[in-house]
Amino acid sequence: MNDEEVKRIIEKTQTLGLNSDKDASSYILANDEVLLEKNQDEGLEILDIRNALKKYDWLKDYMFKLIDANKDEFTKSAYDNLGGGYFIRIKKGAKVNIPINSCLLISKKDFVQRVHNIIIAEEGSTANILTGCMQEHNMEPYTHIGLSEFFIEKGASLNFTMIHNWGNMTKVRPRTKAVVKEGGSFVSNYILLQPVKDIQAYPIVDLKGADSKAVLTSLINGTSDSLIDIGSGINLLADNTRGEVISRVITQDESTVISRSMIHGQNETSKAHLECRGLILSNKSRIHAVPELIASANGTDLSHEAAVGKIADKELQYLMARGLDKDQSTSVIVRGFLDTNIMGLPTEFKEKVDEMMDLVHDGM
Amino acid sequence: MLEIKNLSMEIEGKHILKDVSITLEQGKVYALFGPNGSGKSTLINTIMGIYKQSSGSIAYDNHYLDDKQIDQITRLGISMAFQHPPEIRGVTLHDMINICLKRKQGTALDQKTKDLVTRLKLDSFLKREINVDFSGGERKRADMLQILLMKPKVLLLDEPDSGVDIESLKTICKELQDYITKNNASALIITHQGYIMDYIKVDLGCVLFNGSIRCYKDPREIIKDISTKGYAECVDCPNLTKDVGTK
Repeated sequence: MNDEEVKRIIEKTQTLGLNSDKDASSYILANDEVLLEKNQDEGLEILDIRNALKKYDWLKDYMFKLIDANKDEFTKSAYDNLGGGYFIRIKKGAKVNIPINSCLLISKKDFVQRVHNIIIAEEGSTANILTGCMQEHNMEPYTHIGLSEFFIEKGASLNFTMIHNWGNMTKVRPRTKAVVKEGGSFVSNYILLQPVKDIQAYPIVDLKGADSKAVLTSLINGTSDSLIDIGSGINLLADNTRGEVISRVITQDESTVISRSMIHGQNETSKAHLECRGLILSNKSRIHAVPELIASANGTDLSHEAAVGKIADKELQYLMARGLDKDQSTSVIVRGFLDTNIMGLPTEFKEKVDEMMDLVHDGM
Repeated sequence: MLEIKNLSMEIEGKHILKDVSITLEQGKVYALFGPNGSGKSTLINTIMGIYKQSSGSIAYDNHYLDDKQIDQITRLGISMAFQHPPEIRGVTLHDMINICLKRKQGTALDQKTKDLVTRLKLDSFLKREINVDFSGGERKRADMLQILLMKPKVLLLDEPDSGVDIESLKTICKELQDYITKNNASALIITHQGYIMDYIKVDLGCVLFNGSIRCYKDPREIIKDISTKGYAECVDCPNLTKDVGTK
C-alpha cells in the first residue's frame, strides 16, 4: 500500500472510536499487511505476531496453548496460513493508563484474513484494550478468521473490548480462549451493531486461579439477514472464582441471533450469574437464547435470568404518557436496552460507541 | 373541563366499565374509591388512551379524546401517574426528566428542576435506571416528579398513596397540593384508604362499584361509610345516581 492508502485506512479505523493517531499504543493490520505497529508505553509491547515470533523464541509455546489447532477447519486454516495478528504483552506490574488500540481490517476482494492474537497480561499488570474489526467495502465477500489466546497472570487485570463492523457478505469465525490465574480479572466486552453475513463464535474463559474473576458482556444488534451465533462461557475451576455473563440481543429485519451462554461451576466455592435478554423487533427475525448452567461441584452457586420477547406494552405506554410518540418510545427503549454503561468503557471510546449506537437507531 | 359521558369498556366480552359519566371541573380534586377489580384503574387508563372504550365519549377542552393516542392526550395537558411504574433498563431518571421537559438527552438540569428533584429527595436517583430497584415510595416520588414537570392541567393519579411511607406521602402531597393550587389544576385520585386526604384538599369523592359510579359526596363521609358498612352497601346508597355530575 502506498502512503496515501495507509493514511486513508488509518483514518477509517478511527470511525470505530480508535485513536491510533494520538497517544495510544496501536496496531493496525489491513488484510495481511501491517500498517501500524506503535508502542507508546514502556510498560507494554505491541507487535505483529510474525515479528514477535521472530523476536521471542518462547512465544511459540503460547501459540495454540489454549486453542486446539485442529478444532475445526477454520482454526486449522489459520494454523496453516498465519496472516498476522497482534502480540500484546503488558509487563509485570505495569499500569497502562491509555487504552491500547488495535484494528484488523479487510480491503482486498475475496480476501480471507487469518490472524492469531496472543495477549499476555503479566503478573500485577493493568490495561485496557480496544479492538475493532472492519472492512473497507460493505458489499464485498470477505472472510475473517481470528484466533485469540489470552493469558491473564496472577493479580493482573485486563479489560478488553471488541467492536465488530463487518458487511452483509462477510463471514466471520473468531476462536477465543482465555485463562485467568490467581486473583486475576478479565473483563471482555463485545459489540456488534452492523450487518454481517454470518458469524460464529463462542469464547471461553477458564478461571484457573483462586479468587480470579471474569465478566463477559455482549451487545448485539441483529439487522438485515445476518446470522449471528455468539456465545460466552466461563469455567469456574478454582476457589472463590466469580463469573458473570451478560448478553443483550436485539433482532430486526430478517436477522437471526443465537445467543449462547454458559457457566460451569466446578469448584464448591465458585459463584456466577448469567443474564440473557433479548428484544425481538420484527416478525421475520428470530432470537434463540441458550443459557446453560452446569454445576459439577457441591456448593457452587450459579444463577441466571433470561427474558426474550417484544418490547413490553407497559414500557411503551409509560414513555408515551411522558409525551413521546410510539416510534420515539420504541427508540428510547431499544437504545436503553443496548446501554454501554454496563460495560465500563473508557469515556472517549464510550462516547464514540454511543454515537454509533445513535446512528444505528436513528436509521431504525 | 374533562367530561366523560356514558363510557363503557369491555375486555374479551367482560364489561369492566358500564355507562360511566363524570365531569372533572378545572381546579377541583376528586377521590375515586372502589373495591379491587371495580374498574378504577381501567377508567383512568381509558381516559389516558391506554385502553379504548367500547362506547361513550371523553372530551377535554373541546377535543374528543376517543381516538387519540396516549402521547396526544398527554400533550393536551392530561398526565397520569401509574399504579405500578415500570422499570426501563438503560433509561435513567435524568433521561426521563429531559423527556418530560421535551429537552434533548444529556441536557443538564436547570435550577428550578434541580430544586424540585431535591424537594422530592431524588438527587441520588438521577443516574439510576428508572424504577429499577426503587422502593414503592421512590417509584411514586419519581413518578410525581415527572408528572409535575410536564405541567398538566388534569392529573390522573392511580393510587399515589399505596406502598408509600408517611414521610414520602407528605413529600409527594406537599408538591402536589402546591402545584394544584398554583396552576388551578384538577385531579382524579384513586385511593383505597384515603390517607392522601390528610394532606391534599379533596373536593369530592365518588365510588366505582362493578364498573358503575354509585355515589358521590364528601370523600370523608365515603371513607366512613366504607369502613363501617362495606362497599356492598354502596349499591343501596341513598346518593345512588346513574348519571353523576359534580355540581
